[in-house]
Formats: sequence, structure tokens, C-alpha cells
Amino acid sequence: MDDFEPTIIAFVCNWCTYTAADLAGTSRLTYPTNVRLIRVMCTGMVDPKYIIKAFLEGADAVLVSGCHPGDCHYINGNYKARRRMKLLKAILPRYGFSEQRLKLTWIGASDGIQFARTIREMVEEIKELGPNEARNAAVV
Amino acid sequence: MAKTALYDIADKNLQGALASFLQSLLADDNISAVMVPMRQSGNDTVMQTLVTDPEQLSAADPFSPAFPMNAARLVSRLTKRSPGETVATVLRPCEIRAHIELVKLKQGQVDDIIIIGIDCPGTLQNNDFRKLAGKDPESTTDRFLTAALDGKTQFDEAVELPPACKICTHPVPEGADIGIGIFGMDIKKQFLLSAGTEKGEGLLDRLGLNVQEPPDGREEAVGSIVSAREASQGEVFAAVHEKTDTPEKLAEYLSGCINCYNCRVACPVCYCRECVFVTDVFDHDPFQYLRWAKRRGKIRMPTDTVFYHLTRMAHMTTACVGCGQCSNACPNDIPLAELFSMTASHTQNAFDYEAGRSLEEDPPLAVFREDEFAEVVEIKH
Repeated sequence: MDDFEPTIIAFVCNWCTYTAADLAGTSRLTYPTNVRLIRVMCTGMVDPKYIIKAFLEGADAVLVSGCHPGDCHYINGNYKARRRMKLLKAILPRYGFSEQRLKLTWIGASDGIQFARTIREMVEEIKELGPNEARNAAVV
Repeated sequence: MAKTALYDIADKNLQGALASFLQSLLADDNISAVMVPMRQSGNDTVMQTLVTDPEQLSAADPFSPAFPMNAARLVSRLTKRSPGETVATVLRPCEIRAHIELVKLKQGQVDDIIIIGIDCPGTLQNNDFRKLAGKDPESTTDRFLTAALDGKTQFDEAVELPPACKICTHPVPEGADIGIGIFGMDIKKQFLLSAGTEKGEGLLDRLGLNVQEPPDGREEAVGSIVSAREASQGEVFAAVHEKTDTPEKLAEYLSGCINCYNCRVACPVCYCRECVFVTDVFDHDPFQYLRWAKRRGKIRMPTDTVFYHLTRMAHMTTACVGCGQCSNACPNDIPLAELFSMTASHTQNAFDYEAGRSLEEDPPLAVFREDEFAEVVEIKH
């Protein structure tokens, strides 16, 4: 599967990780184009069904990334996101959506380098893992 | 040790003794009504009924294997605001546990009810209940209890306990104010009343019943039922896992689903007032279906089926009590109860939570702590 290019859907919060992605760009850092950023105001608004839908539509991985604990612009949205990730990690791997495909990270606004590195590593890992099985199956 | 009493059964007539026990509740100054499963006049259905006239209680049939709905939804209707008076509600263990979940979700309360729980040997799905009732509906409960208390799960050629009941490890009404015990009892002679709360103890005192210890075999009988159920739970979960461990196999498992959402309507803990799956979000434009079909060469119609079930799992499995009403409500006999119970065991484990165990434990997705679940975060610094 040398020619496999994974699609990664990343839900990033406006205040931290999106700003970090912006910083990566303005700093002319490069990272793979496999990632599709979806800017949300807070990781606390990422409904589990957004993630489920992304997988059923064929995403090879989903990244949720927001502010570090204690830094949330809305005080505690990232803690709620962490509980929802815990929940989804108890459900999705049972049905063949490998746990490696679902990631939560904290990347602060000044962490452009960290953002670029995270995407690079994630793309490598998913290339290794291969495509999401639901990608070509008519599973909806 | 909880306060217990033995209630004598006259003429080997369990139904009669239960009716007179319920009548004595209605005679209590603090209790205005009793809600209990009752045989409905003119046919063989059994349905929860709110009774204020003691005479009517002769048709009460709390141990009937009929289980047309999980009564937690009805208790929620009676208690979403204070009714101003106290109602005694006769409930199965899974109904009590579902009600506890609804109370935590602010859709009911326990202040104005007295929960009379029953030992539950199991129930039958609607079709099976009608088959067993057959030409002799009067004796359905007796025939069922005799066989079920003997450890049988098969009652007629084609009638057996549904999987949800075979794998239920909560046959005894934990959380009830007063439990009516039949396991390990000679139900031709006596049933057990055990107070599980202060409210229940007060009521037992007022009823003037003699406090007596349960008979010796009781604990052992309950233990052996629970361990048998635990064993079949393990087998069932392993079999379901085998059938659903890839997205394609899960889709196949759910392939009979017609998106009727009966499972969600029947579910006592599907708490949303309006389900997102019936809103405009899923009222797709016609061109959208064609676009999906073109991308993969085909698309199953109706769409969004696996999406619906996975989303429902994310919403309610932390509160799932395993009552099996989802399977009972499915028009296409999809084995949903096993699938959802299995998922519930994982999500509840993840949060060290057990649905219906205690009013003190917060629903996992309603709270958070600053320092927890570091294992789900990839990069921490």
C-alpha cells in the first residue's frame, strides 16, 4: 500500500490548535496535506456523532485537538472533550475502528512546531496501519 | 442487615396474597394510589395500571411475564413534577434501575413514590407472551412462575426467555424501598418482604408485619441464578463480538433496520426530548443520496442506519440497564439488546459506572474532573 494516502479529519479549536496551525503556516513549516482541518470554537462542542460520521464517510483517522488543561477559553470544554473521547474509545474499537485512528491532543497557540510534527507522525502511523475498512464499504 | 418480613399466602394463592398486600398498601394513610401491572378486562393483555380503588386490585398481576414496556417511562410521567401525593409503584429490577437513571437526568424523582420491587425470573417478548397465554390466559403467570423458578428458560415449544433476561445479572430489586422476594421461597406458602431503605422500613413497621429472617435457601438461590446469568452473559457477548467486530460485519448485523426508531422510542433511558435523527439534520436533499451513491457505486437505502445505532450507543449506553425493550420493539427481530448490553458493559466499565446502581453517582458524561483519563490524550505537554 505504498500509494495509500490517508485522509485525516482534524477538529481543532479556534483558540489553541487552529492558531497553532496558522502559526505553522506563517512560519513556513511544512506538513503533509492529508489533513482536513475543521475549525470549531472549542473541542467541547465536538459531538461524538461528528466523529462517527467522519469514520463512516471513510476518514482514515480523526484528530481532536484543543487547549491544554487549564487553558480552555471556555474554562472546561477540553475536559468534556476528553470524557467523550474516553467514551468513543470504549465503543468504536469494538466495531473495528482501530483505537489508533482516534486521537486527542493538546496543542497550544504558540506550538506551531508541535502541530506540524503531530500531523507528520499521525500520517506516518496511519499509512502504516492502512485504510479504514469502512472507506470502500457501503456502510452508512 | 435489611429488615425483612414473611407474608403468608392463603390457599396456595400467590395472586390473592399479592392483591391483599397491595390493598394493605392502599389502606396506608400515606399512600394514595398503587401502580401495578394488571390484567386488562376483556382480553389477556397485562399493563401497568394506576389504582385508587382497592377492589380493583384483585386483577393485579405483578409477576406476569408480560413486559410490554419499561415502566420507568411511566414513573417518570408521574414524578417529573411532584404529584403532591405518594404513589406505590410495583416495578421490575430493570425498571427501578432505569428510573434511577432518569432521576439523575432530571426526568423524575423518588420523593413521592414508594418503589415496590419484585424478584424477576424474567419476562417474555410480546409475541411469546401471547403464545404462552394461548387459550388459557388465566393461568399464564402460574405456569410461567412454576417453570421459571425451576430454572427453566423454555416454556412451550416456541416460547423462551429473551436473551436480555437470560443475561441479566440483576434479578433482585436493588434500590427498591420494599422488595417482594420469591427466589428461594415456597411460593405456595410465603413470599418475602425486604426493606431496602428507611422509607421501606417505616412502611413495613406501619403495616404491622412480623419482622422475620428470610429462609436459609434464599441467598443461595439468588446466588445460583446470578452465576448462571453471568455465565450466559459471557457467552452471548463473545458471540455478538464475533459477529460485529468490523464495520462491515456491524452493518450486516443491522442490515434489517428500517430506521423506524422503535428501539429508541421503547428505550427507557433514551432521554432526549427530540432525537436528532428525526430533525431536519437528517432530512437530506434528494441530490445528496445520488451523490453518496455515485461515490461508492451504491448506497443502502434507508441511509444513516449504522450512524444512528453508533450515535445511540454514544448517547445512552452509559445509562443502559439491559431491559431488552429495544429487541422487543424491533419489527425485524434485530438482536439489539445483546449488542447494546455488550457495548454498555464496555462504556460503563470505562467510567467505573453502573447504570441504576446509585442516585449518588453522577452520569459519566454529565461531569468531569481536571485530572483524569490521561491515557486518552496523545501529547500531554
